[in-house]
Amino acid sequence: MSAPMPEPKAKISIRDLTMAYGSYVVMSDLNFDIQSRDIFVIMGGSGCGKSTLLRHLIGLREPAKGTVFYDGENFTTAEPDEREKFIRRFGVMYQSGALWSSLTLAENIALPLEEFTSMTPKAVRELVSYKLALVGLSGYEDYYPSQVSGGMNKRAGIARAMALDPDILFLDEPGAGLDPLSSRRLDDLILRLRDSLGSTVVIVTHELASIFAIANNSVFLDTETRTLGAVGNPSELKDHSDNPNVRRFLNRGKESAVTSP
Amino acid sequence: MIQREALSPPKVSWAQDGQAVVMTLTGDWLREGPALALEAEPPQHWPERYETGELGEFDSTLPAFLLAHLRSVEAVKDKEPSLLGLPDNLRGLMELALAVPERSDAKGQSDDDSDIKELGKMTLRAWAGIRATVEFVGESVLSFGRFFAGKARFRNSDFWLTLQECGIEALPIVSLISFLIGLILAFVGNVQLTNFGANIFVADLVGIAMVREMGVVMTGIIMSGRTGASFAAHIGSMKANEEIDALKTFGLNPFDFLVLPRLLALLLMMPILTIYANIVGILGGMLVGFFVGIPPVLYWNETLLSVDLTTASLGVFKSFFFAVAIAISGCMQGMRAGNSSAAVGQATTRAVVTSITAIIVLDSAFAAIFTILDI
Ligand SMILES: Nc1ncnc2c1ncn2[C@@H]1O[C@H](COP(=O)(O)OP(=O)(O)O)[C@@H](O)[C@H]1O
Ligand SMILES: [Mg+2]
Repeated sequence: MSAPMPEPKAKISIRDLTMAYGSYVVMSDLNFDIQSRDIFVIMGGSGCGKSTLLRHLIGLREPAKGTVFYDGENFTTAEPDEREKFIRRFGVMYQSGALWSSLTLAENIALPLEEFTSMTPKAVRELVSYKLALVGLSGYEDYYPSQVSGGMNKRAGIARAMALDPDILFLDEPGAGLDPLSSRRLDDLILRLRDSLGSTVVIVTHELASIFAIANNSVFLDTETRTLGAVGNPSELKDHSDNPNVRRFLNRGKESAVTSP
Repeated sequence: MIQREALSPPKVSWAQDGQAVVMTLTGDWLREGPALALEAEPPQHWPERYETGELGEFDSTLPAFLLAHLRSVEAVKDKEPSLLGLPDNLRGLMELALAVPERSDAKGQSDDDSDIKELGKMTLRAWAGIRATVEFVGESVLSFGRFFAGKARFRNSDFWLTLQECGIEALPIVSLISFLIGLILAFVGNVQLTNFGANIFVADLVGIAMVREMGVVMTGIIMSGRTGASFAAHIGSMKANEEIDALKTFGLNPFDFLVLPRLLALLLMMPILTIYANIVGILGGMLVGFFVGIPPVLYWNETLLSVDLTTASLGVFKSFFFAVAIAISGCMQGMRAGNSSAAVGQATTRAVVTSITAIIVLDSAFAAIFTILDI
């Protein structure tokens, strides 16, 4: 057996990943790499398994088959305490925001800082205000999640994901439910985070505008074949992918003008 | 991870350059690094320029500090704070953070109310609570009316599921508790009655106590904790998810849809469970009787002699009222829950407390009424 070794330089490597709920196989045999400082988009039709893939990457679900590597180290077979070291470097925003509803927005962001760092309360307060300012929520520190809108919940979820300046940021549909301006700001934020902190960002999104604006690499999950449809820069895939489903997706259903180069 | 040489502590200083303030940032600004020690009082002006030649590594603590500093200074009208001299990536983040102005009306109101005011508020809250309860009971009666007029709309499967949850699935715990209660009553009674050589009357004691009071009260309390709590938690989390609003916008009455099937199911099951609990309790007493030398047949006959039909129906009669109390407090607290998971927890607690209180209060009232009526 000669299992293909992952290139050690890739930030995240997915090898032969098959994801299933019980006997229901969502996607099979996924193979792709996410490089350091990539802004990597996971796209595909609704219900094709994007959130499921994200849950596999962050270890909330175990692969039915296959392996996930981080920096060339095996994440799937890692011991629990070893795995925790990987997970500490992640920041995750869940599709529904998943803020803790009994805490205010500020407390939501402060919780990981209080648990995992030795910062002084004043420094924590300043950092929380800054993170909220980044997502455009200055002044909402003392609001409870139920007192702000859905889009604001999402943005607060992003602020919480960024609390510990994560090495890798996972965002599940961050743009859904945001107005065009907030959505644009979010794209800006993601680019600047990558540039200033050197984070790698993995995003699930359908927003074509933001896909083309920020992504430098992407994977398309094909609902029909239940496996990977294409990997590459979305701007190139748009017109030059071999897979018609990918072209249709990236052209909003219209067959792209250039089908063959 | 890259191994770093020793970190130098973060420092900040301000210098006056003519009119302009120049802010100098040096050292490493890291969460786990040395803490910032402010050496001088910051000036009350935004810096015109930043000096970052000696700046080492930084994470979010640096922009967080800068933002807090810029916000602490009185804002100049129609002027953006200058970010001149900051490294590009830092400037980008600062621009983003400053782009949306702080919402200032948001910060919490002070609650420096006087005690009298507090008392007044408490009274109003209590009054509102009573009104809400009366309203809820009224709504339930209306819903009942619609049911008998055949106009209430709910899913039959909901009803059957609730019936199963508060019927068959409650049997084990009801059996255990009533059996033990019967056992305890018989033990206590036996110790006293043997002194008079009248221990056959243990059967009377257990029979009457179970059938009149203990059977129905214990069943009520078990159902409060089991079913009432589950009603409140289920309806409460539906409320938190806007599921109740979704029902309303389809023109479905949440009362008919959620409260009615639960009320009906409990009204049907409570009397049956009560009768069952009575019998199991009497069997518990019989077991003790057997061990202290009362033959089961004798025990059974004595029980039949002491418990006539009127006595037997009292407990069952009360069980209808208890069913209403449990269903209403469970559903009401669920419907009134707030929009968070913590609120669901509070609603559940309140549901159990209200329904147990209601059961005991109702039971006392019945005891008084039955005494006056001499039943
Ligand atoms: N907990 C679960 N149990 C069984 N099937 C699930 C579960 N969660 C999701 N699925 C199924 O997996 C598929 C992918 O879901 P998901 O990853 O949430 O899709 P999306 O791409 O929209 O994020 C769907 O068909 C869904 O029905
Ligand atoms: Mg999803």
